[in-house]
Amino acid sequence: MDTPDALMIRDLTKSYPTRTGARVEILRIPALGLAPGQQVALRGESGLGKTTLLQIIAGILEPDGGSVSVGGAAVTGVSEARRDRIRAERMGYIFQTFNLLQGLTALENVDLGLAFGRGADPAAARAALERVGLAHRAHFHPRQLSTGQQQRVAIARALANRPCLILADEPTGNLDAPRSREVVQLLRESASALGAALLVASHDPAVLGAFEDVVDLAALNQAPRQAEVG
Amino acid sequence: MLFLLIRRSLRQHLVSTAVAVLLVALGLGLILSVWVVRAQAEQGFARSASGFDAVLGARGSKLQLVLNGLFHQESSPGNVTAEDFQDVKALPFVDRAIPIVVGDNFRGVRLVGVSDDWFHDLEYAPGHTYGVEPGGRPFQPGRKEAVVGSLAAHQLGWSVGTSFHPFHGLDYDPNAQHSESFTVVGVLAPTGTPADRVIWVPLEGVQRLGGHDPAAFTELSAVLIRFKPGAQAAGFMLDQRYNRQGRRLTLAWPVASILADLFSKFAWFEQALQALATMVAVVAGTSVFSSVYSSMSARRRDLAILRAVGAHRSFLIAAVLGEAACIGLLGCALGFGLYGLIATTVQELLRARMGVLFEPWAWNPSMAWGPALMLGLSLAAGAVPAWRAYRLSVADGLAPLS
Repeated sequence: MDTPDALMIRDLTKSYPTRTGARVEILRIPALGLAPGQQVALRGESGLGKTTLLQIIAGILEPDGGSVSVGGAAVTGVSEARRDRIRAERMGYIFQTFNLLQGLTALENVDLGLAFGRGADPAAARAALERVGLAHRAHFHPRQLSTGQQQRVAIARALANRPCLILADEPTGNLDAPRSREVVQLLRESASALGAALLVASHDPAVLGAFEDVVDLAALNQAPRQAEVG
Repeated sequence: MLFLLIRRSLRQHLVSTAVAVLLVALGLGLILSVWVVRAQAEQGFARSASGFDAVLGARGSKLQLVLNGLFHQESSPGNVTAEDFQDVKALPFVDRAIPIVVGDNFRGVRLVGVSDDWFHDLEYAPGHTYGVEPGGRPFQPGRKEAVVGSLAAHQLGWSVGTSFHPFHGLDYDPNAQHSESFTVVGVLAPTGTPADRVIWVPLEGVQRLGGHDPAAFTELSAVLIRFKPGAQAAGFMLDQRYNRQGRRLTLAWPVASILADLFSKFAWFEQALQALATMVAVVAGTSVFSSVYSSMSARRRDLAILRAVGAHRSFLIAAVLGEAACIGLLGCALGFGLYGLIATTVQELLRARMGVLFEPWAWNPSMAWGPALMLGLSLAAGAVPAWRAYRLSVADGLAPLS
């Protein structure tokens, strides 16, 4: 039996309403797929729709049309509860600003990632922290960690559920160059170890240079620039 | 995970959480104090008077007669003759008629002269008769002996064998001490009634003390009356005889109705307290709303992150409502504590001043609807922030940072 694609996008469109009531189409992606374990960097300048695309893949936003499936499970055309479930169980999401809960410790933040997927498991959360080299900071709060350490906690949280797809939105945007290299390397190694596909959206040449597969969103996106529809 | 998030959120907004909890506690404490204290005080007074159906005394206020005869407060409006006592005692429907005489004290503790009938199967509550603690005995009629109420004994430090010289009058005047000496022969077993806070002496002991008017040696301050069981019309007949046709005497009957009148005089105060308690409850609800709403607004990004890692909208509702419920529950727990403090103070006050038994933790419906109301208010206050959390757009919540 074939393993389903980690990500499959077909005929995806997304538009936003303007103040005049007309709609601006910002994404029109005929096809994009990631095989299990494939690692791809998505190049694109700010405002091109990288975050929107990642949020559609994650089921946070709904597209106007087209289909998205992750690990063989449809993310589009299903209920919000189902999308939440797929996001929790099959995806790991890493943000530019880490988005850790400040009131929780590093361990609790990672356990939070598990809570909505495989179920809260402090031992598994600690193991995930160990994999990113932060077991000794398990009971530190995010404000007590460096930015590089915070992003590593976020990576541990994203990987804790052993997802089949990892989405990273400008993961090095808040890090200096050495930390950026560390984080990208950690991301790639961790995804490889899990056999998870990795899609990293970035405009940082240093990040993009670390990937063999780089997809240019401007080329992939067929939406007319600033075109109004409807 | 839900409880961890709620706990951490409450801790992160400790000041507003504490204010909201305190206001809920104040609201519940006031509600319980107003409703329970009133009900318990009424029951305590009614229980204290339940041994007698009526009080016969000189012409005057019925309330004054009841307070003087049964609660040992106020002064007697005048005297009742021995003939009047014999008349009422001889009536066929009168089960017990106990004469009492007041007019002396010992350092503010009232001496009550009473016939020795007091210790002979007289029930102060159904199934409970007056008795003397082991080691003591009832006084002998005509002797300078005393049985001291349990509270009075504690207050004065008296025990069997203690001798004392009473003071003239109901108010303590150090210059008005009688030369006669009484000896304590018994301590009254605690009754939870005003009988505990006075010194009981033989009728003649008070009547014939030096300095008292010899012409009034046989006169009484009041007669406490209990009707025979089933003598339903007795009260009406005596009411007709003394209150409507007579001019010299007053029959305070029915005692329960007179006490209810007493409480009705304070109805305005009780209503004011109820209004205050209601206002505090509303303010508490507003405070919970403010606390949860501001907490929710401050945690907008946190809530979006929760959604981003897979939490369903219903989880956010549970988190926000859970926070409101925790404030409500903590406030209720503290509110019961606050009520306990207030009730204990009232309990001591009523015991010391009136001898009335007050049971703070006896069941009262407000102990159920009070916390339910405060919890309901807290949850209602959390409903709007919960709805906002439910409606939160994850993309918007993450937007400034993504």
